[in-house]
Amino acid sequence: MTARAVLATAPGPGGRTVLATMSSAPPITLRRTGPGQVYLVSTAAGPLGGDDLALDIDVAPGTVLDVRSVASTLVLPGPGPGSAPEESSMTVTARVGAGASLRFAPEPTVLAAGCLHRMTVRLELAPDARVFWREEIVFGRYGEASGRCRSRFDAVAGGLPLLRQEFTVGDPAIDASPAVYGDARCVGSTLIAGPPGAAAGHPQTPRTGGGRTSDSLSAGGRRTREAILGDGWAALPLAGPGILVSALALDAAELRRRLERGETEALSL
Amino acid sequence: MSAPSLNAALLLLADSRLPAGGHGHSGGAEAAIAAGTVRDLPTLAAFLRGRLATSGLVSACLAAAACALSAPAAGSGTASAPAGDDAGERGMPSPAARGRAAAGVAGGLLGGWTELDAEADARTASPAQREASRVQGRLLLRTARRIWPSPVLDGLAEAVPEGAHHPIALGAAAGAAGCAPEEAALAAAYTSVTGPATAAVRLLGLDPVAVHRLLADLAPDLERTASTATAAVTPGLEQTVSTVIAPGLERAATAPSAHTADSPPPSPAPTASAWAELPAHSAPALDLLAERHLRAGLRLFVS
Repeated sequence: MTARAVLATAPGPGGRTVLATMSSAPPITLRRTGPGQVYLVSTAAGPLGGDDLALDIDVAPGTVLDVRSVASTLVLPGPGPGSAPEESSMTVTARVGAGASLRFAPEPTVLAAGCLHRMTVRLELAPDARVFWREEIVFGRYGEASGRCRSRFDAVAGGLPLLRQEFTVGDPAIDASPAVYGDARCVGSTLIAGPPGAAAGHPQTPRTGGGRTSDSLSAGGRRTREAILGDGWAALPLAGPGILVSALALDAAELRRRLERGETEALSL
Repeated sequence: MSAPSLNAALLLLADSRLPAGGHGHSGGAEAAIAAGTVRDLPTLAAFLRGRLATSGLVSACLAAAACALSAPAAGSGTASAPAGDDAGERGMPSPAARGRAAAGVAGGLLGGWTELDAEADARTASPAQREASRVQGRLLLRTARRIWPSPVLDGLAEAVPEGAHHPIALGAAAGAAGCAPEEAALAAAYTSVTGPATAAVRLLGLDPVAVHRLLADLAPDLERTASTATAAVTPGLEQTVSTVIAPGLERAATAPSAHTADSPPPSPAPTASAWAELPAHSAPALDLLAERHLRAGLRLFVS
């Protein structure tokens, strides 16, 4: 199954955000639930092996968008035993314009045994755009061995690389390494990027940046800010204008608690 | 200076006795030992394997890229890197012009170094690890500039005054010493596991021979990592050659007396970094360990 859903905002009357484009592509169905708020609803099982799914998000300058999902995504293997495993893929591309704000926080991706999945996020931010982007990967359902997954995340802010990270799951020798995931069964991270201040995706977010350039922000971010550390999580100030909250946990509920604790601390930095 | 297929300078660069401060860093091993997740040979083996597959691979890529960037400009264009040769053939009138061009290219590379260093930053989320990497890179570059003086290494120090990331300094030093990108990648992969391994010997009192047996077991993985890194670097190098190095060479060739280093370096295309696609494997546990280590009261190693 190949599907490409598209979501785009535009400035509306009175400084509000309107959804200029909301094009569902089953199994990715988009539902508007409030001003500038959209839920992803999965209207088919999967992704399954062989599926190639994409979501394109365009947040116009000065607008605010909040994207969530109603349920976690269960990645399943393709057609059946006997056939060669086929890769499924999910690609999310998002452009966030000047003074715009995007919150993207879907429920976790669960890698069912036998799956072969590729997750790609390409995030392009204007220098003063705000983003709150959460990604959670769960290594199999309860008591299940994890399927395989390669996840790649690239965020570029003002033309400069802000964060590039890859997670590879499914090689037991690497996954269980005390250097990689250790005994954790879930990995999660939240990128909070943009000028300090209100959280991305909230209506009270200022419409314009504070006039700071990305240079001054990255200079301010370099070396001056220290990480905040908790049990199984850390809020890591990046070299550029952003903070990465990174967490490991035994289960999805603990992962979410740890990320949320880190996010709260990060937003106070 | 002709480069044989094997370069002895590689041994000097990878030697823990190279006076560049590498022995002071455990690559997260000390924190992992304090946390109890590394406690014996099997857990150390798993630590090293995971480190190599993540930060080791990324370091190898950055080192290969830095080496490829520096090789054509270092004047040791004989550095026999397949990629280096490729760089040399393009728009290069003669070997004499190549030598004359070296300083010009070194100047033109400033933009290339800044761009590569930013890619290393984007792949290192932990501020503790960024700092450890820059401290080691600064020391290594200082040492390398005395051992293998080269306009390329001067250019790197100038382009990244806060201290280049360690794998970039290592790759540039390897290039200045006449090594090929794959050799630089191998050295980076090697040092990504030998530092933690020797730290574990000291901290856990493990049998040094048994630990070296672990390292020997990793040898095929080190070689695979180096060739993966070299292959990953090729597309970025081609882009850099056409946007940074070739214009630098042309300027130097047409105006041999001009100090091209004084002219502003050509700024790389802001939207498409040549090295954007390089591997970026994260090790979340290493990030947490690095930050925890920074807060530990008693520690033998800097990182």
